[in-house]
Amino acid sequence: MSMKVKTRQVDGITILDLSGRITLGEGSVTIRDAVRDVLAKGSNKILLNLGDISYIDSSGIGELVSAFTTVKNSGGELKLLNLTKKVHDLLQITKLYTVFDVKDDEATAISSFTK
Amino acid sequence: MADSTTSRVSFTLDSSLDSVNKIELTAEQCAQRAGFDEDTIPNIAMAVREAAVNAVLHGNSYDTSKHITASFETTAEALTIRIADQGPGLDPETLPDPLKPENILRGSGRGIFLIKAFMDEVNFRQLHPGTELTLIKHRKPAQSGT
Repeated sequence: MSMKVKTRQVDGITILDLSGRITLGEGSVTIRDAVRDVLAKGSNKILLNLGDISYIDSSGIGELVSAFTTVKNSGGELKLLNLTKKVHDLLQITKLYTVFDVKDDEATAISSFTK
Repeated sequence: MADSTTSRVSFTLDSSLDSVNKIELTAEQCAQRAGFDEDTIPNIAMAVREAAVNAVLHGNSYDTSKHITASFETTAEALTIRIADQGPGLDPETLPDPLKPENILRGSGRGIFLIKAFMDEVNFRQLHPGTELTLIKHRKPAQSGT
């Protein structure tokens, strides 16, 4: 199963609803392209909703990190929403959980972005 | 119920992502048959996938003339997976620690770290050419039926 991305806007924040697998050759390129498209359209406040991500590997984790640094370097913010237990555990093991701003409620996540 | 019979299966595969997926699926099936719990099975499958990705991507560099071999052996004591490539070789001592502050924001370099996190033993062997990774997960007595 490959990864799918749906894009929506809420209060000036671009939410990417991701579903499926983020792995080498599947979701990793899709995330990269989706984030690049958002930045190209002038938005740099991005919320990645990972609630329907069934699987992520080290390439997928690396892609999340690259997306985070790309958005940060553009002066924006990238946050994570609705981590599954698996993704949560992987971010803990790799000590990335404290690098990302992780939220479990969309409204709270939206209001946490710098206005 | 866990199967306590010793079994072994091996493949020689192309250097492709299809091979990675096949190896991952086989690892998951072997782990299920060995009676590992539902939290451990995906971790074993992920560790094996990472080893297969390393072999295809970093070892053989997707070279269609090179192959990877994968073997899965289940005994009463452990599930042992060996993944070998025909690449230039890998010195695990030279791999940067992905947990160090200077590496934490790198976009790659976490594969071997995750393999070690999820398996009980990880061994590297130089093949000249190539590298063989051996991944071992010990079975608990109740799993092996002994």
